[in-house]
Amino acid sequence: MTDFETGRHLIYLAAAAMFIIGLHLMNSPRTARRGNLVSGAGMLLALATSLVGLVHDGTARTWGLVALVGGAVVGGAAGFTAARRFKMTDMPQLVSLFNAVGGGAAALVAVVDAGQRPAGLGSISAGTGFVLVADIAIGALTFAGSLIAAGKLQGIVPGRPVVFRGARSVNLLLAVAVLATALLAVTRTGPGWALAGAGLAAIVLGVTFVLPIGGADMPVVVSLLNACTGMAVAMAGFLLSNTVLITAGALVGASGTILTVLMAKAMNRSLGNIVAGGFGTGDNAVTTSVAGADDKAVQSVSADDVAMQLAYATSVIVVPGYGLAAARAQSELVDLANTLSSRGVTVSYAIHPVAGRMPGHMNVLLAEAHVPYDQMLDLETANRAFGHTDVALIVGANDVVNPAARTPGSAVYGMPILDADKAGAVIVIKRSMGHGYADIDNPLFTDTKTRMLFNDAKAALNDIAQATKTLIS
Amino acid sequence: MSYSLFADLAVFVLAVLVGIEVISKVPVTLHTPLMSAGNAIHGIVIVGTVSIAAEAAATGSYLLTFVAAAFAAANVAGGYVVTDRMLAMFRPRKPVETGTGRTEGAPHD
Repeated sequence: MTDFETGRHLIYLAAAAMFIIGLHLMNSPRTARRGNLVSGAGMLLALATSLVGLVHDGTARTWGLVALVGGAVVGGAAGFTAARRFKMTDMPQLVSLFNAVGGGAAALVAVVDAGQRPAGLGSISAGTGFVLVADIAIGALTFAGSLIAAGKLQGIVPGRPVVFRGARSVNLLLAVAVLATALLAVTRTGPGWALAGAGLAAIVLGVTFVLPIGGADMPVVVSLLNACTGMAVAMAGFLLSNTVLITAGALVGASGTILTVLMAKAMNRSLGNIVAGGFGTGDNAVTTSVAGADDKAVQSVSADDVAMQLAYATSVIVVPGYGLAAARAQSELVDLANTLSSRGVTVSYAIHPVAGRMPGHMNVLLAEAHVPYDQMLDLETANRAFGHTDVALIVGANDVVNPAARTPGSAVYGMPILDADKAGAVIVIKRSMGHGYADIDNPLFTDTKTRMLFNDAKAALNDIAQATKTLIS
Repeated sequence: MSYSLFADLAVFVLAVLVGIEVISKVPVTLHTPLMSAGNAIHGIVIVGTVSIAAEAAATGSYLLTFVAAAFAAANVAGGYVVTDRMLAMFRPRKPVETGTGRTEGAPHD
């Protein structure tokens, strides 16, 4: 190894260490931003080193450099602009889009590498054949799958599960096709065609794999695909014998898998159950049924009544749900909370692990509306607090507060829930009696201490805040 | 198995274990930024596009290198900026201001 090579590898090693330290700093909200900067600095270091190496080696042709720099400028500008402009509520689809291009890039790296092997593909080793086909297949699958997932989250592709007759058999056939072509590539019989076949089959599989999964399960799928991209990048690292690609890819692959499992657990679903698809109405959860008409036991209230109840409470716990995020009513909620706090009411927020559209997404949305993170209670802390809380204010949440989860035999049995029913009184803001994505009745809504305010979260919170201000002025 | 392949495999396995260890300790509050941070880190594939730019020697390869570089650069730039935007919102308790009429979008620094 020349001195230059040694230096290059040492810097790659430092970059890999910076990624690990960066992820480690994500353990606490206090250090998380610094962690991201450390990881970003590692990225810059690795990129600068590889560019210096490119110039030093001097093997690149002019058009290769033009393609590299041109592509990087175009893509970098597009990514930067999108990242700055997208609204916080649209983050999940943006994350999915960035994941798609990452997977696509990893697959293309393998395609170009395969096409430019000086001795042709016939002379590659079985190991290289495996790495090539794994990189192309996983990358192509993530690319197509993440695009569909982003489309579903954005509402371009229907959020409901798209299931057609024989969909599972088609997926199975495609998976077999990918494996068969992979085998061909590894045994080096017609590797060029085998690689192309694996790539095409993986693209179609990416589409047919994500289409049948309901919009509400998309976050888990995005996380899973994220892990897949990590693996594709690690494969690219094996292909190019580049340890920083292997390390970073493996880190993301492992962490993505862990996150996926944690998320599935928070929804009390197995990963297999989610991947099998066909569950969850997703974005269609809001029905247009006449408010409460189908249930006579429901007690509905006006915004003025709610304002009265909140203003004379000692402590209020807010349970924000998907309805809040969908109505983009975070600032209205915080406005109301601030009015209450200024009157001496203790306000905190109980956040279910899967509230919002990604785990922790609700925390981000509330943080954006300037809620200090120590007012956000996690599941266990909140459940200890509900028992001595006057009012639980549920905004657009369904299944995460459904006491039916404690009843054996219920569809949501065993799902960890927020014990809002333990509070002195319960107020639910909801558009209608429509069911949540688990599509079952919620006994909390017909409980004698529950009052329902049927309205859009934004309008309802606005009304309550105005009424409260009038009341206490 | 060649020694270098074995070394690569060892790095891979150890990195997987480190990944599991580091992530298991992150609180739910930070799961979304974490997913996004992971997303940004796999943008390291941009280093791979630098390698293929050195190999490319035909029109098709140049075109694919261009697309790969564009994809990877979007992944890196976008991933880090989005993660930073999310994390910039997490700050410690401060005096509660009344009537924050702020809407989403503009990051607050």
